[in-house]
Amino acid sequence: MATPTPRRRHPAVPLIGFFSVIALLALIMVLSGTWTPKLGLDLRGGSTIILTASNISGSGSVDSASLEQARTIIQQRVDSLGVGEAEITTSGSNQIQVSVPNVQQDELVEMVGQTAQLAFRKVYVAQQAASGPPPGQAVALPSVPADFSDRPSQPTTTLPPVEDQAARQSLLAEQLAWAPSDQDNTDFASFQCGDSVPDVWDQPLFACLRSDVAAGGSQTKFLLGPRLIEGDLVDQAQAGMRDSLTWAVQLSFSSLGGVLFADATADLATQTSPQNQFAIVLDADVISAPSVAARIPDGSAEITGSFNQTTASNLANVLKYGALPLAFELSNVDTVSATLGADQLNAGLIAGGVGLLLVIAYSFLYYRGLGVVVVASLAVAGIVTYLLIVLLGESVGFALSLPGMAGVIVAIGVTADSFVIFFERVRDDAREGRSIRSAVETGWRKARRTIIVADTVSLLSAVILFILAIGAVKGFAFTLGLTTAVDLLIIFFFTKPLVSLLVRTDYFGLGRKGSGLEAEHLGVSPTRRPKSRRLSTVGKEQS
Amino acid sequence: MSATQPAAAPVKKASFAHRLWTGEVSYEFVGRRRVWYAVSAVLLLVSILGLLVRGLELGIEFRGGSSFQVSVTNTDSTTIESYRQSVLDSGVPDLDATSVTGIGLDRIQVQTRSLDVDDQVKLRAALAQTAGVDPEAVAYQQIGASWGQQITRQAGIALVIFMLAVSILIWAYFRDGKMAISAIVCLIHDLTVTVGVYALVGFSVTPATLTGVLTILGYSLYDTVVVFDKVRENAAVLEETRMTYSEAANLAVNQCLVRSINTTVIGVLPVAALLFAGAFVLGSGPLEDIGLALFVGMIVGAYSSIFIGTPLLAQMKEREPSIKEQTERVERRRARQTKRTESWQQIEVVQAEDEAPTDQPVVPIDQPDAAPTVPIRPPTVGPEAAERRQPKRQSRADRKRSH
Repeated sequence: MATPTPRRRHPAVPLIGFFSVIALLALIMVLSGTWTPKLGLDLRGGSTIILTASNISGSGSVDSASLEQARTIIQQRVDSLGVGEAEITTSGSNQIQVSVPNVQQDELVEMVGQTAQLAFRKVYVAQQAASGPPPGQAVALPSVPADFSDRPSQPTTTLPPVEDQAARQSLLAEQLAWAPSDQDNTDFASFQCGDSVPDVWDQPLFACLRSDVAAGGSQTKFLLGPRLIEGDLVDQAQAGMRDSLTWAVQLSFSSLGGVLFADATADLATQTSPQNQFAIVLDADVISAPSVAARIPDGSAEITGSFNQTTASNLANVLKYGALPLAFELSNVDTVSATLGADQLNAGLIAGGVGLLLVIAYSFLYYRGLGVVVVASLAVAGIVTYLLIVLLGESVGFALSLPGMAGVIVAIGVTADSFVIFFERVRDDAREGRSIRSAVETGWRKARRTIIVADTVSLLSAVILFILAIGAVKGFAFTLGLTTAVDLLIIFFFTKPLVSLLVRTDYFGLGRKGSGLEAEHLGVSPTRRPKSRRLSTVGKEQS
Repeated sequence: MSATQPAAAPVKKASFAHRLWTGEVSYEFVGRRRVWYAVSAVLLLVSILGLLVRGLELGIEFRGGSSFQVSVTNTDSTTIESYRQSVLDSGVPDLDATSVTGIGLDRIQVQTRSLDVDDQVKLRAALAQTAGVDPEAVAYQQIGASWGQQITRQAGIALVIFMLAVSILIWAYFRDGKMAISAIVCLIHDLTVTVGVYALVGFSVTPATLTGVLTILGYSLYDTVVVFDKVRENAAVLEETRMTYSEAANLAVNQCLVRSINTTVIGVLPVAALLFAGAFVLGSGPLEDIGLALFVGMIVGAYSSIFIGTPLLAQMKEREPSIKEQTERVERRRARQTKRTESWQQIEVVQAEDEAPTDQPVVPIDQPDAAPTVPIRPPTVGPEAAERRQPKRQSRADRKRSH
């Protein structure tokens, strides 16, 4: 036990292996061309919005498919604002997190929180919207967007329950009989795409084709009647090939929806263009406005037009999921200005620097020469952690947040703790009379267990926190876990081999002054010291 | 800081750590457990009272509301008053309960009821105008009413899952239900005292605080694991060392004392840096919240693993029949030995001289140095001690001579 067995690997072997891995990581970083970690919005400024979804029925859980669809729709809404680098992610079972760099967009907050509402309305007027005011009226028209806030924003009647088919049918008949008033026509004339008009089910709506707005070319604006059919009556929708060339969207309604759709199409089919069209409206935008040629009796319809695969499946998705059974509550909006972000980054760096210095100073004070090992190990741990954070930012989009920095800083202590356990065990064994060289081996075997358990506990709490934490503190759990894992690697493949190498030198191996392993510092009785050293030397020669 | 003293000042005879190791210097952690229990009972009582009477100062994240931060050149009372006025003049209704505070030296924080988007835009513009900056330079946070409940629920779930996982882990590691119970008692102790400190001092509780508190659980356990590890090691050789379980446990705590202190100091140093940067550089925010929770929790955790965990473990263990037997055996032996102190000393010396030059490569160095006035002092313990068979041989010789 006092002498190393011949089978034991040279301590340089794991060191070389370890450095090869670091070099590999560094190489990947260089190749990817990213040199700095991706910073979270709290460190560079930006807005984070957390929405909590709840079932519209009030109880019951939120199913993940609906949440994912809501995420896609919110993504589309945010993208339509032209915000770069927006990230929309689901988190937990019922949350959607929207992160947008560069502080702006109060409308963003307004927009993302709305429940997507899908409905079918009758088209009364469809006309080219002027991109600017018509020439003759340029002076007369206000330059600010027309204000439609005086239009009704609350429904005047309530929608009959779904079970009451007769009431729904008579209501539909009423809605179909609706005709725009003079006021509606005047308002519609001044309406421009982009103006906001309240989307109320028993009121007319002015809207534009969303695809036109996105494309930015000429725009068609619609004067739409009240809602004929609510989106939640759509049962199924899917995109498919009608023949080898044209894409179509097939949709089928629930039984009530089918009856209403039959009534509606019967009415529309008798009208002339554009009043034979119905508009599919999502979030006050017209998604599509197909025309009806004949009554569609069986509740399943096919929409054809100039679809390609993408537009067809987009429309199918809108029809299928447009009216989500989810209501969203604005849970947390956090907007950090760029200066505050910079301040926070600085504070994090200061905390890290001061923490590191304190730990290093304490290590030198208490462990003297072994402090070099602490510094080297912390430096290597720092490099590995940095590389991992940069690479994770590059590959999975992990962004270092302020709590994340806190996790790294706290982990300085966790990492240094492992060294304390190791060194104390070595010193314990040296106190029991072992030579320092053998104490490193025996002490390591005992320290190893404790370090593994301690790190397991730390990892365990990090994992639990990561799974259950909401919002920004997730970053803390992540980096704490990451650095704990790095600590395990460092102590096994760097610190221990390094100490084994160092004690081969006389300075550390014989416990010279200042090495931190000298007899007086360990408290080994000086008179007994030469004897045990002699004994262990004899033992070595014998093997 | 006492741990640094032996290192800083070279000790003439043997270092403090070494004397702790051999048992030459020994603090009665287990023996005086009633005192420590009493101390903790008072701490717990004060904590619970504080929690009940004063309650926790919940941050805006739990209450719901809107919060604005704007950079300013100074945060004296006139500046704060001017911002309060601009809030009242902003045209947003019902802002009488708004709090306007200075954070650090260069930031003003305005906390209001939950505002809708229009009001938020108005107030933000008003603050920006007062500060003479662009509205986008005003940091803004809006928290929905149920957000706090969600966080609290998640934290509660995390706590329960963590407790369960930790109990299983500790049990699997030590294979000992009593150690798991002691460790969990320590956890609850640490948690309660930390929360109590928050209630008494009136620190604000934020989601970051909750994270910090949950992280403490890891640390508290970690300290306990380090000490219990050594207790188990010492207890494994009870027979050979002729100690009671309590003595072995107490020796373990003493032997781990330096390590515990070092571990705690080295863990607390970066946390102190966090707290420093959070409190003095930023003035508020997650750094300060996490730092504070960890700072309080780690110190309480170190205390509980030394003063509560091990005494409790020893107390429970002493009730086990085999341990009881061992204790009675040790006490009988000691009663015999006190009568023969004189002759025992002679035997000890002769034997030590006899065995030194044999093929044993390692000699327990403290054996001859150990002051012979206290004959029941244990030799070194641990698996290595068992391998050397040194204590066993002594006891056999002892037995032979006594027959």
